[in-house]
Amino acid sequence: MSEDAPAIEVSGLTVTFGGRLRAVDGVDLRLERGQTVALIGESGSGKSVTLRALMRLHPERRTDVGGHVRIGGRDVMALSRRDLAAYRGREVAMIFQEPLLAFDPVYTVGRQITEAIRTHEPVSESAARARALALFERVRIPSPGRRLDAYPHELSGGMRQRAMIALALACRPKVLLADEPTTALDATVQIQILLLLRELQRELGLSIVFVTHDLGAAVEIADRIAVMYAGRIVEEGSAAQVVRTPHHPYTIGLLRSRAEGALVKGARLEAIPGGPPDLANRPSGCAFRPRCFLAEGRCADDPPVVTPAPGQRTACWHAEAAATAGHAASDAAAVA
Amino acid sequence: MTQPVAASVALDGGVRTADLAAGQEPVFAPSRGFWGHVGHRLVRDPVAMAAGAVILLVILVAVLSPWITPMDPYKGSMLRRLRPLGDATYWLGSDELGRDMMSRLMLGARLSLFIGVTPVLIAFVIGSALGILAGYVGGWTNTILMRTIDVFFAFPSVLLAIALSGALGAGIFNSIVSLTCVFVPQIARVAESVTTGIRRRDYIDAAKLSGASALTIMRVQVLGNVIGPIFVYATSLISVSMILASGLSFLGLGVRPPEPEWGLMLNTLRTAIYVNPAVAALPGLCIFIVSISFNLFSDGLRNAMEVRQ
Amino acid sequence: MSVIPGTPDPFAQDRGGPAQPLLTVAGLFKHFPVRKAGAGKQVVRAVDGVDFEVLKGETLGIVGESGCGKSTTAKLLMGLIERDAGTLLYDGQPVGARAMPWRAYRRQAQMVFQDSYASLNPRMTVEQSVAFGPRVNGVPGRQAVERARALLARVGLEPHRFAGRYPHEISGGQRQRVNIARALALEPRLVLLDEAVSALDKSVEAQVLNLLLDLKQEFGLTYVFISHDLNVVRFISDRVMVMYLGRVAEIGPSDTVLAAPEHPYTGALLASMPSLDPDARTEVAPLAGDPPNPINPPSGCRFHPRCRLAEPVCAASEPPLDPLGPGHSVACLARQPGSGHGLAPRERIAA
Repeated sequence: MSEDAPAIEVSGLTVTFGGRLRAVDGVDLRLERGQTVALIGESGSGKSVTLRALMRLHPERRTDVGGHVRIGGRDVMALSRRDLAAYRGREVAMIFQEPLLAFDPVYTVGRQITEAIRTHEPVSESAARARALALFERVRIPSPGRRLDAYPHELSGGMRQRAMIALALACRPKVLLADEPTTALDATVQIQILLLLRELQRELGLSIVFVTHDLGAAVEIADRIAVMYAGRIVEEGSAAQVVRTPHHPYTIGLLRSRAEGALVKGARLEAIPGGPPDLANRPSGCAFRPRCFLAEGRCADDPPVVTPAPGQRTACWHAEAAATAGHAASDAAAVA
Repeated sequence: MTQPVAASVALDGGVRTADLAAGQEPVFAPSRGFWGHVGHRLVRDPVAMAAGAVILLVILVAVLSPWITPMDPYKGSMLRRLRPLGDATYWLGSDELGRDMMSRLMLGARLSLFIGVTPVLIAFVIGSALGILAGYVGGWTNTILMRTIDVFFAFPSVLLAIALSGALGAGIFNSIVSLTCVFVPQIARVAESVTTGIRRRDYIDAAKLSGASALTIMRVQVLGNVIGPIFVYATSLISVSMILASGLSFLGLGVRPPEPEWGLMLNTLRTAIYVNPAVAALPGLCIFIVSISFNLFSDGLRNAMEVRQ
Repeated sequence: MSVIPGTPDPFAQDRGGPAQPLLTVAGLFKHFPVRKAGAGKQVVRAVDGVDFEVLKGETLGIVGESGCGKSTTAKLLMGLIERDAGTLLYDGQPVGARAMPWRAYRRQAQMVFQDSYASLNPRMTVEQSVAFGPRVNGVPGRQAVERARALLARVGLEPHRFAGRYPHEISGGQRQRVNIARALALEPRLVLLDEAVSALDKSVEAQVLNLLLDLKQEFGLTYVFISHDLNVVRFISDRVMVMYLGRVAEIGPSDTVLAAPEHPYTGALLASMPSLDPDARTEVAPLAGDPPNPINPPSGCRFHPRCRLAEPVCAASEPPLDPLGPGHSVACLARQPGSGHGLAPRERIAA
């Protein structure tokens, strides 16, 4: 594992189910070490499928995965079955929306964490247990010793989420993949988990890919944000770039349709018309074009990737016009 | 083209189809409905289709048997008793009274199917009604109904059928009644458990809010959702019913001679088992083939209904 | 004229005039018994003494963490579960009494559930689901179907494309439109929306919120809007009620409550909402730990173990819901004159 390679380097990633349903359609993504990127998108945008592809979690018989994935400079697609088992958990770990799926209901959480440690490293039972205890303290579980002996269902929602993070960190991975880990939580608990992940990222030098549909959660946790639509990244940049100077009409639409952006009480929201496309009938060229306020003839061809500012890229024929329209709208909001 | 439902479920947890409140014109498969989907999947299941074909064939033979039997199934001959399989006149041999086995098996299909299927059909109606009622209403109604039904489960179904038949006396009608009594509790219990499974669904609550009576909700909202699994279970009982019915006839509690019925034929031929085992086993083979066909068809139906919608 | 035979137009039925609340809830209680291994019988105090009013033509938002009793309250208001105690007055008439039996009340009060899929019968087409209500209320089949189609068109689903579809064949946003159409089929005056937009994609959520605003205007509806998303509640509600462990913590005009919250819990809820400004990210979580279990609520003020203003007095006495300003009430000892809390104002502020 070379030390200067980026944490994650994905190029031209495609995932096709059953030979015809293309869920991820050419994703390029680069994540530096110690950074967090949020993949945001609606259902069917391919964000979770992308995440699972990084871990090679898709059943190989029914899924075609194309393109390159390098994690820490290592080609994930070329890993043998045995190397893959070591790679999962040891270099890359994953947390999910539903922690009960990550834990086996018949064993205590402590036992599952110590076992995870001992499958990857030759340490004694007591050493592994001590590490599990330290992990529980690390993720701020109150009375960690007692909680190690609890069964998954005995923990509350937020506690379970913390226990799952502890399990994911058991073998000191460099990269953490998070699949909507806060979506099912109350806002009061969500913010605690987001802060915990931020703290872990800083202190352990973790690189995190955080999949979410919530722009707010993305801004709270991520250094960079990648907006996905219909299997492609349509816009990527630093969190500030994406939120303040969005250049893709979809990003602009997402920001404008938020309820907190409503100008006057009782006024209607500026909703994006229509809904996410059916992947089996994806429009040609820019998939957002049927819902876009700037769409015209050439949008039926694949849009160019433009770089409106260093570190920001947008796949749109009208990036500048969109950005101007977005500015005009937010200026109007400021005036009102 | 067909909607790749199964594949798209895998994406982000939700089934994806375009939201078209405004805009795009997607390609839609024609709406099939649940039973349309089940039928569509069933015809693609070769085993279920083969089993269905066997059942259909047997029904056809049973219905047409008075006109298509090669010989008179009641006319025997003391001279031509227990002919073997492949005999020039009696293709499937002859029985202990010299009657043509093939004709008797064909005509026997009538009674065997009738006393095998009828009790299940009646029990399907009664058991579904009881089970849906108990499951939907819940509470004390459920407790009383289900505990009563549990009493029947204390006895093995064979014993129960024999005991009831014995008490009612021999005859076709009585054996149908006793078999119905055996199956009602079993079907009611399945109906109760599937109904209990859906009665807390939001759409039942929504139906209550519309002011519908409990009976209307059971008929319109519940029935359509529970009838499938109950029906599958009932079809799987047909094979048991046929075997039990044959058993009753075998014991002399069902059909009486000289009427041909597979169970009864098995009984009367059992003395010939050392003389002509192949012929003696034929009615048993028929029972076996038909009951296993019902079972395989029922399995196929169950698989076809496992459409995650 | 109403489409439902034998009933006059619902607006002609208005009794108390605009000043009378559409729904008055007083002393509402619901406890669920639970058996826990080793602990014997216990009680979940899901709703534990709740009073509030829903004014005619307003949208009342109800917010709170999971377990605060907001969904149980919704089910109690609809009579889907039986209340242990409390009165429910609909336009001045006690619901469940002779003058306003549940059946009559439900024709005027309908509900939209969170799970758009579970709330539609999977074996019925969209049109059949919407037409079911009118049909069981005596509308002849053809008319019921026509009404269903008109409503589908009204919520943005073209009848010729959608009427014959089954729930699994349409998207979540479309299903929720169907659920809204069904709720409107009986011409209700009050619609309860229990997390009705929470499961939708953000871009679809905005469309459905707009639709709800349009429908409210067009049909003169009153909404009770239950949600955990304060941004959405602020956008859609005229008044907001904050619940904590089965009780009301704060209630008042949403502009006041969500702009300058008086109850520390409301403040914490607001501060927990993710910020959209990358330079102003949250640094300290406003609340620690998970929402507590309503089985054994803390003594005194239920919020005191998590409260930043807690003082010993908070564990000892339970704060009543006291008026603070016009239409604004708070259940917090720190805001109540003479409560013994160090931060309490000296005397009652003239309202």
